[in-house]
Amino acid sequence: MSIDIALTLESIPKMLMGIGVTFQLLFITLGLGTALAIVLLLMRISGRWYLSVPSMVYIYVFRGTPILVQVFIIYHGLPGLEFVRESIFWPILRDPFGCAVVALTLNTGAYVSEILRGGVLGVERGLLEAGSALGLSVRQRFIYITTPIAVRLATPAYSNDVISLMKSTALVSTITVVDMTGIARTIVAETYAPYEIFLSLAIVYLIITWGIQKSFGAFERRMSRHVKQETAA
Amino acid sequence: MTDAIIQLQGVDKFFGNFQALRDINLEVQKGEKIVVCGPSGSGKSTMIRCINRLEEHSAGKIIVDGHELTDEVKDIDAVRREVGMVFQSFNLFPHRTIIDNLMLAPRLVRKTSKAEAREHAMRLLERVRIPEQADKYPVQLSGGQQQRVAIARALCMNPEIMLFDEPTSALDPEMINEVLEVMTDLAHEGMTMICVTHEMGFARSVADRVVFMDQGEIVEMNPPAEFFDNPKNDRTKLFLSQIIQH
Repeated sequence: MSIDIALTLESIPKMLMGIGVTFQLLFITLGLGTALAIVLLLMRISGRWYLSVPSMVYIYVFRGTPILVQVFIIYHGLPGLEFVRESIFWPILRDPFGCAVVALTLNTGAYVSEILRGGVLGVERGLLEAGSALGLSVRQRFIYITTPIAVRLATPAYSNDVISLMKSTALVSTITVVDMTGIARTIVAETYAPYEIFLSLAIVYLIITWGIQKSFGAFERRMSRHVKQETAA
Repeated sequence: MTDAIIQLQGVDKFFGNFQALRDINLEVQKGEKIVVCGPSGSGKSTMIRCINRLEEHSAGKIIVDGHELTDEVKDIDAVRREVGMVFQSFNLFPHRTIIDNLMLAPRLVRKTSKAEAREHAMRLLERVRIPEQADKYPVQLSGGQQQRVAIARALCMNPEIMLFDEPTSALDPEMINEVLEVMTDLAHEGMTMICVTHEMGFARSVADRVVFMDQGEIVEMNPPAEFFDNPKNDRTKLFLSQIIQH
């Protein structure tokens, strides 16, 4: 089997037409998912069972089922329910892109919430005691001590999740959203050249992953500048 | 009654089934310096952590500067504003510079203006002799310097009382003196102090009374001369022989 270079070069620009959809999905679901994650986290650590239990159940369900199945339930399953068709969410759920955003947001929210919780649990107890001893309220301790330290601790795991989410966006091609993978599948159907097309597609995803890693690397260095023994002092 | 600034009356503290404090009775007068010593696990730290409610006592009464410590948040806040604390492990906020460590609580709790908080913080850094470190991060400082910053941070709230929980135990030997000097200065300025420490030289020269604790109880309490030269209780004698023989 030989590689058809011309076909590869021709197909890459076509697939890149879908990169906008991939990035839109990534940034929208990352923003909404992180917001959801913060709500779930606050519920989880609230110390009130009627908030923490629903949060735990939610996280268990969304981490415990395949994201592809979640996408299918939302896209194929929900429209069968009459009250969904009559609800205010129908304009979103009627649209494949809307379904994709909802599914990825609900899923990533569960994962990011656990990542943030790991960061919060990693904050040394003594620092919070020092805050208490200085008279800071629970809320002030959370905002000025826990949050900045937890964010720093959670960043490496969070960057992993962003990469994972970026790759998960490819699943939306199964519900007719025309992202890069969707375009690639169309081209394969037309050319019968899966090898060239999917290999090029993989390379495009790799390049995006590299970009995400680099950005987070820079962010982590910035966040941890106070950890270095001797910076320019 | 008395005019004691701190009163502990019949205080018990349980951690689960373990009794960490047994019937603690202690009165501290304004300006008095108390050194608390005793073997590890004797309840020294637990006792002073109850005074600013980092631990909740199980029974008895604790009254600090007229505020009885109950579940009332208002009283707890009032007490914490009056009481500064220095920890064995410094507990400086690693993500904030030294000056920001000092300014945080006055800005948030006392709503001091930024300029005023900064000026006050710089004065305190001078007092603990490290104004030049103001813009560094805690990790860039030595242990002794970090602990002096921690003392300055506690002083930023203008407390009436300072609690020290083994402030020199985590330090390399050559750094202990710089911290004890700052503490001695504070003592001479009339601060009310309770120090959990095994620095017996400090206890002798600074303390008004030395409290010896063992198994959650106050076993003996006397002025330092009496305490060191003429201990009454066998457990005190044993403890002193163990720490002073070297």
